[in-house]
Amino acid sequence: MTVATIDVVPTELARGRGGGGPAPTRIVVAYGFWIFLLSDFIMFSGLFAAYAVLSDQTAGGPTGRELFNLRNVFIETACLLLSSYTCGLQALSAEQRQQGRFYVFAVFTFVLGAAFLVIEISEFAGMVSKGAGPSRSAFLSAFFTLVGMHGAHVTSGLVWLTYMVAQVVVKGLRPHVLRRLLCFSLFWHALDIIWIGVLTLVYLIGAR
Amino acid sequence: MHDWRFAAPEAPDGRASNAQHEPRHSSLLRWLAVCAAVLVSSCHPAGILDPQGPIASAERLLLINSTGIMLVVVVPVILATLGFAWWYRSSNPRANRGPDWAYQGAAEFVVWSIPALVVILLSGVNWIGAHQLDPRTPIPADAKPLRVDVVSLDWKWLFIYPDQGIAAVNQLVVPAGAPVRFRLTSATVMNSFFVPQLGSQIYTMAGMTTHLNLLADQPGDYPGLSANFSGDGFSDMRFTVKAVSVGEFDGWVAQARGSGSALDDPGYAELTKPSQAVAPKTYRSVAPKLFERIVDQTALDPEKARAGKAWCPPEPQAGG
Amino acid sequence: MLGRLSWAAIPLNEPIPLLTAAVVVIVILAVLGIITIKGWWPYLWREWLTSVDHKRIGVMYFVLALIMLLRGFADAIMMRSQQAVAVGGAQGYLPPDHYDQIFSAHGTIMIFFVAMPFVVGLMNFVVPLQLGVRDVAFPVLNSVSFWLTASAVLLVNASLVIGNFARAGWMGYPPLSELAFSPDVGVDYYLWSLQISGIGTLLAGINLVTTILKLRTPGMIYFRMPVFCWTALSSNMLIVAAFPILTATFAMLLLDRYVDMHFFTNTAGGSAMMYVNLFWAWGHPEVYILILPAFGVFSEVIATFSGRALFGYRSMVLATLGICVLSFMVWLHHFFTMGAGADVNAFFGIMSMIIAVPTGVKVFNWLFTLFQGRVVFSTPLLWSLGFMVTFVIGGMTGVLLAVPPVDFVLHNSVFLVAHFHNVIIGGVVFGAMAGYNYWFPKAFGFTLDERLGKASFWCWLAGFYLAFMPLYVLGLMGMTRRLQHISDPSWQPLLLVAELGAVLIFFGILCQIAQLYVSIRTRDSRRDLTGDPWNGRTLEWATSSPPPAYNFAVMPKVETIDAFWEMKRRGLTAVEPTYETIEMPRNSPTGFVTAFFAVVTGFALIWHIWWMVLLGLLAAAVTMLVFGWSENREREIPANEIARMERARLGLGRPA
Repeated sequence: MTVATIDVVPTELARGRGGGGPAPTRIVVAYGFWIFLLSDFIMFSGLFAAYAVLSDQTAGGPTGRELFNLRNVFIETACLLLSSYTCGLQALSAEQRQQGRFYVFAVFTFVLGAAFLVIEISEFAGMVSKGAGPSRSAFLSAFFTLVGMHGAHVTSGLVWLTYMVAQVVVKGLRPHVLRRLLCFSLFWHALDIIWIGVLTLVYLIGAR
Repeated sequence: MHDWRFAAPEAPDGRASNAQHEPRHSSLLRWLAVCAAVLVSSCHPAGILDPQGPIASAERLLLINSTGIMLVVVVPVILATLGFAWWYRSSNPRANRGPDWAYQGAAEFVVWSIPALVVILLSGVNWIGAHQLDPRTPIPADAKPLRVDVVSLDWKWLFIYPDQGIAAVNQLVVPAGAPVRFRLTSATVMNSFFVPQLGSQIYTMAGMTTHLNLLADQPGDYPGLSANFSGDGFSDMRFTVKAVSVGEFDGWVAQARGSGSALDDPGYAELTKPSQAVAPKTYRSVAPKLFERIVDQTALDPEKARAGKAWCPPEPQAGG
Repeated sequence: MLGRLSWAAIPLNEPIPLLTAAVVVIVILAVLGIITIKGWWPYLWREWLTSVDHKRIGVMYFVLALIMLLRGFADAIMMRSQQAVAVGGAQGYLPPDHYDQIFSAHGTIMIFFVAMPFVVGLMNFVVPLQLGVRDVAFPVLNSVSFWLTASAVLLVNASLVIGNFARAGWMGYPPLSELAFSPDVGVDYYLWSLQISGIGTLLAGINLVTTILKLRTPGMIYFRMPVFCWTALSSNMLIVAAFPILTATFAMLLLDRYVDMHFFTNTAGGSAMMYVNLFWAWGHPEVYILILPAFGVFSEVIATFSGRALFGYRSMVLATLGICVLSFMVWLHHFFTMGAGADVNAFFGIMSMIIAVPTGVKVFNWLFTLFQGRVVFSTPLLWSLGFMVTFVIGGMTGVLLAVPPVDFVLHNSVFLVAHFHNVIIGGVVFGAMAGYNYWFPKAFGFTLDERLGKASFWCWLAGFYLAFMPLYVLGLMGMTRRLQHISDPSWQPLLLVAELGAVLIFFGILCQIAQLYVSIRTRDSRRDLTGDPWNGRTLEWATSSPPPAYNFAVMPKVETIDAFWEMKRRGLTAVEPTYETIEMPRNSPTGFVTAFFAVVTGFALIWHIWWMVLLGLLAAAVTMLVFGWSENREREIPANEIARMERARLGLGRPA
């Protein structure tokens, strides 16, 4: 193969229109992960759609208004949103290579996320014990699946966070570790966005 | 093989293949085969091409018109494809070879307009047709409408005549010329109630009620079937629509009232057991509100109630 | 201990599945035996199973598709034969519960394990080469995607030997697919296989979108990308947007079946209609996922074998993106007969017609490319011409079905079956065959035999028309789909013609097998020594055949569309570039290992072997964690090594 050599990429190629050649790894990784997150949003939207269709199919069983404890919901919302805030601080610490502060904020993020899960699991357990489990009605199937899927994502996020802290301990804040932390942050914030949707559509509207 | 690595004054030549094929002749054979197949069937129009009611006639007309409109574009495109490929073959010395066209405004305009115009025309046909032939629209006619409630079971069809108080399995007797107003549901899985010569089909779904309006112009026997796969006995979910004169219909109703068993709750429970290729039969009476209870899914188990209502499209006005 | 798995799962008392299963198992064991005896495992492991090279992965996808084409076609010919003989009172040779599994398997395999791997394989192989880069954005993930698809293939085929397959059609509509009406493992095989391959496909979609948007050779702005890359971009964006819907839908059906939930059940408020909507919200974009890359193949092939640039590049791009967006707005046309009312039906009908506009634009652009070109009747071009004629007919019947009242009499008839085979075979399969013949020399270094290629084309073309034109007629006569036996004897002549068509297609497939065999045997006489056997226009032809692992020693600087054509036109002389060290991804067993555990977990889930499920999931998690910890994922190829390889390739002695 014979081609003209590239000495320097002329400036008109690099300006805007995507002619600057392959993007650096950090951008490629973050971009790809973001596209994955968009696909995850679409998966959730399928569950949201199912919930919207089935929200009044209570089959003679309990409705949302009877079941939802909005006080707990607001507490768990606060925990999750705060954990996003601490996640942001954790990311900033990592970027600034401040390992100690990184650990502190990572722990806060974990604890707040775990608190969210504890409240949610106790909500589910309470509902099941009242006979309002997922097989009671279509509404409850949709509720448990949508909210539970979000909870499963939070759980995997906590596992991932633990794993990332281990990587930082062993390897330090090296470029590939930072890339993975960036992906984790994107994931954690995305879960917040989904939760806002859940909060609004399921709890606020459903409890009216 | 021209080696492009070394400087050449003009654009490299294409490498000719050793093809000697004549696509045109084999395409002719292909078309002959297709025509033969069409002729074979068109000697004896059947099914959708042999409508026996106003709905089916209107739908056949739409089919033919839409096909005709599209053939106006499709046939020239096919001929042009074969023609251009043949005329501009590399071994043809008489063909004009043109330059690389990057963009030609006029051609672009034509290229977008032709499909767009056809689609605009067809969209009008589509909108009007969809509204005129909405299955929920009652058919205006002089004769008195007949109400039939349809239930698809595994693997047979139950037809309840709520006004006559009888029922039939795998046999639908209707007066010719009378509009039939169907309410449909399923006791099990999704099926589709379809009588090709009378027109539109509609799905039957458990817990839901669908609506259909059909009319048979002439007396005759018209085959019916399920058009949505429902399990092992699906191929035998056939029934016959017998359109008869009003007198014959009344006679048939009277005969049904005087023979056969009753479609009471035990009778219905027996009917719901899976069976295939069920011979047509009638029932002398029907338990009250049986159809409604089948929709509510309380027909077998009165204790079970279903809360919540499914969305239904708005009811159109008669003559719609 | 083993869930609901028992010896009864093996079809010992059913001759046809038993014989088929025996043949398949023997063939697999024979192949594995030959590989072992000849000592090919180290080579296979190093060069293929753990490869993360997009070219290797693309080839493996394509090979998988070809093998599954044989399986899906076997199902097809069984169906055709059954329908040809089981007329009047005759019951044929396939009882209903077998026939139902066969048509369900046929559709599932053809869509998910033939058509999808065909297009994903072609895109995988070609896109990085056309973009002038070295690999896709995430090479290990690419390998994982392929191996997950292969796992799903293994699971679906396992249903032939152990248990049975679904009997609810390839769409799996509830309530038929719910536990109440399908209590056996069949629907579970269907659901878990497709969930596993769905993850693979989604990852591939993310990979290719990122590659096309973020990894292109310098100078290749969007409007200098080849059209195939535009169609690949659109197709993969559709994958990213549509497959998660299928994942969610199948997850809900699985929850219904496994933990007694009520998304789609008849009782407790479930809605089967919702499944239909969700399924087709995925299903319609899916068919565009399949056809858009095929359109891309045809654009490349028609331009190359007309000897000129594709006419109307910008409108092609616009049309492609238009199709991409519109494909999400038409899904209800798959169930006009479900009773949505005239306004909703009419809206979706009109949207379905609108999507025919950009498709029509593409056809006209291809016509104008042929016009005043210098047309060479190579095998790929024949496939393209066959496509143009066939697809236009199929598209016409599609627009016809988009008129709701017409659909009311044709829905679920064999007219519909003829329509979608018309567009899928005429579009996707013909595109895959064209791409196969076109890019084979690039992948393997020698061209395919032209004579057998053309023979296979004519057999396929004639076979297709004979097999499916009668189905259009039968649909008009009132024959519905999926019938195990036919009541009306007047339909038999046409069914026999259809059978003949299937046999002709079989001969077409035999010609292709022969073509491959003969081409390999006589490959030395058809070596591609320049890397450009067709006088191509795009960058993949600027590499050797096959390209080195790194594709391009130096990434080409691109200034126009059809970058390679431009380079040839300018007549660049052989200037040796300054070689630099290239970083290439290392091989990784992650994909293969993940797949292994996916098969174990999937099988265990189907048969309710819960301890095996836990172990399998744990093992898969560990694999992910091991991969997630790894750092040394790249190897360096030093500059002098590159220089040596390039000089050997180009036959240059010492640098000028």
